[in-house]
Amino acid sequence: MSTMMINPDIISINSEEEEIYRENILDHYKNPRNFGTLKNHTIKNSENNPVCGDNIEITILLENNIVKDARFQGKGCAISVASASMLTEKTKNLRLQQLKNLKESEILDMLGVPLGAVRRKCGLLSLRVLLKGLNKSEVQDE
Amino acid sequence: MLNIEKIKNDFPILKDKSLIYLDNSSTSLTPRSVINAMTEYYEAYNSNVHRGIYSISQKATEEYEKAHKKVANFIGADFEEIIFTKGATESLNLLAYTLTKSLNPGDEILLTEMEHHSNLVPWQQLAKEKNLVLKFIPVNKQGRLDLSSLNELINEKTKIVSLTHMSNVLGTINDVKAIAKIAHAKSALLVVDAAQSIPHFEVNVKELDCDFLAFSGHKMLGPTGIGVLYGKKELLENLDPFQFGGNMISEVSLTDSSWNDLPWKFEAGTPNIAEGIGLGKAIDFLLDIGMKNIKEHVDQLVQYTLESLGKVKNLEIYGPINTENRGGVISFNLNGIHPHDVASVLNNTGIAIRGGHLCAMPLIKNNLNVASVCRISLYFYNTQEDIDLLVSKLEKVKEVFL
Repeated sequence: MSTMMINPDIISINSEEEEIYRENILDHYKNPRNFGTLKNHTIKNSENNPVCGDNIEITILLENNIVKDARFQGKGCAISVASASMLTEKTKNLRLQQLKNLKESEILDMLGVPLGAVRRKCGLLSLRVLLKGLNKSEVQDE
Repeated sequence: MLNIEKIKNDFPILKDKSLIYLDNSSTSLTPRSVINAMTEYYEAYNSNVHRGIYSISQKATEEYEKAHKKVANFIGADFEEIIFTKGATESLNLLAYTLTKSLNPGDEILLTEMEHHSNLVPWQQLAKEKNLVLKFIPVNKQGRLDLSSLNELINEKTKIVSLTHMSNVLGTINDVKAIAKIAHAKSALLVVDAAQSIPHFEVNVKELDCDFLAFSGHKMLGPTGIGVLYGKKELLENLDPFQFGGNMISEVSLTDSSWNDLPWKFEAGTPNIAEGIGLGKAIDFLLDIGMKNIKEHVDQLVQYTLESLGKVKNLEIYGPINTENRGGVISFNLNGIHPHDVASVLNNTGIAIRGGHLCAMPLIKNNLNVASVCRISLYFYNTQEDIDLLVSKLEKVKEVFL
């Protein structure tokens, strides 16, 4: 039994498919999409990853309960930055209700690599920022 | 010279030759003798301590008390001065709650900027509750305590000085003995967090002249869930209990209670019996190898590691760069690469290192000016080959991310 099987991670290149996902994560990490902050926003929230102290902030502008624009900023590892980058892309044009219904499994599928218990927290940080932000901002469906 | 290959055979987890374990200041590995001692308790004399008149309970009581004696001998204390807790964190919480009881608003507690959260947050929260003043001995650029203002920091208002014996981030070993002298001159109590030092070199409480000393079993080959608080007998006698319940009492009526003798006054409820016995076995193991041999081996390995890492481009080492008064903890960053990413890549080659804020957020943020670090921490079963492998894999990390 090797230790790498216990906690499969982004660099465990076991298959061609994982290789593609890995490239995708590194691409989002090195060239994050929607990086920055929206001055004009409906939702703004930031949270820490308690494991490493990383911080991600997300700002979202809603118009007629539809995501018009989304940005993120902060410091993080490849997984947390790529996840935030992908999430901001994914949220565009989503309805408020769809935002609220985003599931952990969708984010993990989006990342596409198996994450161990600790790295899951990195992968899901951006979703936590978003969902807590929705709660705080009290935006209501029409 | 230690026979490392022979020693490795005593650790079941190291049967997996692909595991290079470099996270020892987080928790150490467990030798077979410790695991066996705990199994033997459950298989042969599973019963409560200090209660049963029957044979197996007497055996359990004897073995559990024997473990206290082993700890006492190990650090130069008396049996009554050794309290088993669930770890250094609980030991320090016990002190924070009980020692601050008699303090008045405005009284001062002195810590250092290099404390683990376990020796910071309990004091910080009690200070808030009781309007006490927290002060900190600063850490200088070399990663050592700046003692130049110590005579002002310790004054008539200072009631407690609590500091780490060895930093879990920088590896720095602090001159506890010198600080104890100054604290005692102002009638302040000296508390030592020895979680990192105890596994690595001989610690003698009489020699240090500390009033209290806290450490965890699992960092010194023992199981998790068991730790120790040492306190000077006369201080423990005058201190109120921390938790109440079974075993810690002498006599109980419906309206009042009196307390058991030391150390049981501070061990409420059924303790972690198997873990206590396991800790005793861990001490046997350490003494068999010899604390001097352990220190010598780790010192040499620290020297080798500092030299090896020093040759890696774009790598910054934190903490003292010489081996004097420095233990087997080395934190670093590979420029521009997040510690989690470094640790992930290394993990896939079988190397276990820590990446994160290491439960010392203020030190990492304010002194090192980073969000997180990579840390390797060494023990006597690590070798130069482990470090060579680490260095070669760090180059691989750079290929992936830079």
